[in-house]
Amino acid sequence: MKKLPKRINLTLKIWRQQGSEKKGHFETVAARDISVHMSFIEMLDSVNEQLAMEGKDPIAFDNDCREGICGTCGAVVDGRAHGPQKATTLCQLHMRQFSDGDTIVVEPFRARAFKVLKDLVVDRSPLDKIMTAGGFISVNTGGAPDGNALPIAQEIAEKAMDAAACIGCGACVAACPSASAMLFVSGKISQLALLPQGKPEAARRALNIVKTMDVCGFGNCSNHRECENACPKELSIVNIARLNREFFKASFFSDET
Amino acid sequence: MSWLIQTFSSSIGKKLLMAVTGLSFIGFLAAHLAGNLTIYAGGAAFNTYAEKLHALGPILTVFELGLLVFALLHVITGITLFVQNFKARSVPYEKDRSAGGRTLSSVTMPYTGIIILGFVVFHLINFSFVDKSDRTIFEIVRSAFANPVYMIIYVVVMIIVALHVRHGFWSAFQTLGANHPKYMPALMVLSVIVGLMIGFGFGLLPIYLWTVR
Repeated sequence: MKKLPKRINLTLKIWRQQGSEKKGHFETVAARDISVHMSFIEMLDSVNEQLAMEGKDPIAFDNDCREGICGTCGAVVDGRAHGPQKATTLCQLHMRQFSDGDTIVVEPFRARAFKVLKDLVVDRSPLDKIMTAGGFISVNTGGAPDGNALPIAQEIAEKAMDAAACIGCGACVAACPSASAMLFVSGKISQLALLPQGKPEAARRALNIVKTMDVCGFGNCSNHRECENACPKELSIVNIARLNREFFKASFFSDET
Repeated sequence: MSWLIQTFSSSIGKKLLMAVTGLSFIGFLAAHLAGNLTIYAGGAAFNTYAEKLHALGPILTVFELGLLVFALLHVITGITLFVQNFKARSVPYEKDRSAGGRTLSSVTMPYTGIIILGFVVFHLINFSFVDKSDRTIFEIVRSAFANPVYMIIYVVVMIIVALHVRHGFWSAFQTLGANHPKYMPALMVLSVIVGLMIGFGFGLLPIYLWTVR
């Protein structure tokens, strides 16, 4: 078997933008001597060290946990949100996915709702606005209920957990040809609508969340299914169908307006 | 009634309009195709079908008005969605690759839709708003398709319709919330089959008429 090359040289065609009101442009940056065991984020660190050494402005990018669970990192790499590997965040994408001499196009998540703040950093606060509009349950505090006082079937709990796996990274919006946030929203709706704790506020939640999503300037779902293929947590569009059902139930059959 | 306006002006409400009107059009196409197939039985059969259809009188008029309202809803909502979705991605990607979801049929929906709209107008001018006092409908149809230009336009547009239906059919069910692990895989296959049936069903007729001209 051929041994993997330990280090590779790449050319990055990367989006640079000084601020949200400034005009951006693509810049060609060399990424030299990159270990194939580095993550994409570590590769950017290495490029930034080089840029700092040359007295240039480093590339701004978001990141936090670097283990694929926080949803902070993200960029569109060669036309794919979080890069070419399925079910992977940018920080878990390793450089062995690329070959020596490759030119990689790196762009921020593009959506009217996500303003570019600097280089690859985008403002994803519209997702927070959606959470504030209904991504929660209201609970009166008091004595803790008995462990099994609320029976929940294992399969239902699993479905809710699958929906709750969403880390809010925004890759669904970035990957959607219509820049729709429906997969994100459907995750939040599903995780709560499936469980008894979420049911009392289900109608109000569905209406408020959809209203907020529309106001934020996201596009309309066109069932391209790009989102479920780009999602690092592999949320399914089955959740979007559930969101639609919850919305219709709330709109046509509940007292909420 | 403000809640109703609010519902249908929301993103999901607009998709609901597209789904319901779109599925109705597929139902209409099925009926239209069943009628057209009488052409294979000869000119007399086709003329009889047309006469029987028009003998329905006011029922047919109500049906046609319903189709017109649905068409307006489908077109206006479709254009609104297209413009909103276009604006939602204000800056396009330098490099835009599929993650494995989109199909030729899904990405071309707005464009195939506009072509179909233009075609419907063309089609109505050809065969509906035409002087039928001295010729039967079959004679009009046969003389139209004796012209290879007409034949080719119709066949090409039927391929476009098939593409539109292939994404539209399953998509309507998904929008209505009817996505179930037991039925969705079959529905995806059925969507291709319905697209092919409409494409071949309508598309072979102009070719047949041209060959027997």
